[in-house]
Amino acid sequence: MTDTVLSSATREVVIGFERPFCVIGERINPTGRKKLAAQMATGDFSQVEADALAQVAAGASMLDVNAGIPLTDEPAILAQTIQLVQSLTDLPLAIDSSIVAALEAGLAVYQGKPLVNSVTGETERLEAVLPLVKKYNAAVVAISNDETGISEDPDVRFDVARKIVEHAADYGIARADIVVDPLVMPIGALGNAGKAAFHLIRRLRTELKVNTTCGASNVSFGLPNRHGMNAAFLAMASGAGMTSAIMNPLHPEEMAAVRGADVLLGHDQDCRRWLRTYREPAPAGSVAEAGRRERRRARPSA
Amino acid sequence: MAETDDLDLRSLDDDELVKQMQDDLYDGLRDEVEEGVRILLERGWTPYRVLTEALVAGMTIVGVDFRDGILFVPEVLLAANAMKGGMAILRPLLAETGAPPMGKMVIGTVKGDIHDIGKNLVSMMMEGAGFEVIDLGINCAVEKYLAALEEHKPDILGMSALLTTTMPYMKVVIDTLKQKNLRDDYIVLVGGAPLNETFAEAIGADAYCRDAAVAVETAKEWLARRHNQRTAAA
Repeated sequence: MTDTVLSSATREVVIGFERPFCVIGERINPTGRKKLAAQMATGDFSQVEADALAQVAAGASMLDVNAGIPLTDEPAILAQTIQLVQSLTDLPLAIDSSIVAALEAGLAVYQGKPLVNSVTGETERLEAVLPLVKKYNAAVVAISNDETGISEDPDVRFDVARKIVEHAADYGIARADIVVDPLVMPIGALGNAGKAAFHLIRRLRTELKVNTTCGASNVSFGLPNRHGMNAAFLAMASGAGMTSAIMNPLHPEEMAAVRGADVLLGHDQDCRRWLRTYREPAPAGSVAEAGRRERRRARPSA
Repeated sequence: MAETDDLDLRSLDDDELVKQMQDDLYDGLRDEVEEGVRILLERGWTPYRVLTEALVAGMTIVGVDFRDGILFVPEVLLAANAMKGGMAILRPLLAETGAPPMGKMVIGTVKGDIHDIGKNLVSMMMEGAGFEVIDLGINCAVEKYLAALEEHKPDILGMSALLTTTMPYMKVVIDTLKQKNLRDDYIVLVGGAPLNETFAEAIGADAYCRDAAVAVETAKEWLARRHNQRTAAA
């Protein structure tokens, strides 16, 4: 049982083995979104605002914030974006950049305990990112590849993940503060990508005892009906023990898969969150609408 | 949530307390319902009045909202569990004071069938409505029904089946009752997902009950009808 505790100034979110699946909203990311990139580069954050609020409303547990726009001052934009998003929501954030200076700029302005996204198993990256994670008391996403690249053998990737955990321990970073990304490959290109991912997720959970995350839409790359494939993957990955994903909470199929997996794994007592989310609204003027839901005493929150 | 524990049930007058208990029942708050029952008893309410005005009235609301698709199975089970908590306090007192039960029912899921959620809902809703319920559980052979009918002399026999392969067993039970000339001693109600009115009629049951709330309404209706017939005959 491993709990990764993230926070904003006023709210805690826990990624854990016996917790509801943590949905990390991926929308605030200009990569591949030309219009958003152009806006952010000129200091227009209106789309960022809209994306933040929409993802919160859709049920995200955390938000990922990325400001990777070529030929701009990424550290400054990332810091500014983080401050803006933190003023809009109390959900904890993942600070997402491949540039160490940008991670540091984000960490410096962040209120609470964020998730740093990410570090790989490459020695140079470990030595640059882990000290920051320690300095700012953050948690970190660890991607299971290293100098040799991404192995197709899940057991090799397991060894990379273990190396990162051990390395982090040298810096005084607890295993609970490392969330491993097993790197899910497109199933359309690699027929064993699903089985390899589930095998690795199980090992990471039972042997290395770490929480896990991944980019949930990678698996369906190059296929039609990607939402259907992503949903199947998320439910199965959750069943194998994955505890979070960086994904688009605006897609109802994927969210239903995650919420359904929570119910089936016993992480949604009495189906309360499922009911709250999917109960049809009471018809206008009915007794239910008129008052029965206006309770003077609330249920203990689920 | 912060306001959860703020409310002091003792500070409410009887009317407000009863309303609050119905809300708590609706929300499946067992401890709070039990506390409410104790307070009303301390204030001199008879156990029967607590049962009918607080608990049964509350479960009626739950039943209606379940029927209307506003509440779902997990919530009804939570409410029923809260009701059970209140009933556990009231039952011994009701027995002492000899309050009139609405009627008596023997219920069970038929032989070969192990589904019991729907049957349990009916049991709890019937108890909630003031019936005495003898629940025979699942996988009941005809002999088990007969023995229970003999022992408890209920007004109503309820049978449940969730499978098309087990529902014909209801006819076996009813035919056996007919052979023994016992059929008309009981109101026979049947229910379960694959059933319908036509099936109920074809096997010689008195009525098909679509869900737990309908079961309670149907049971009351048939009891009243039978009572009237007997009064007329006398």
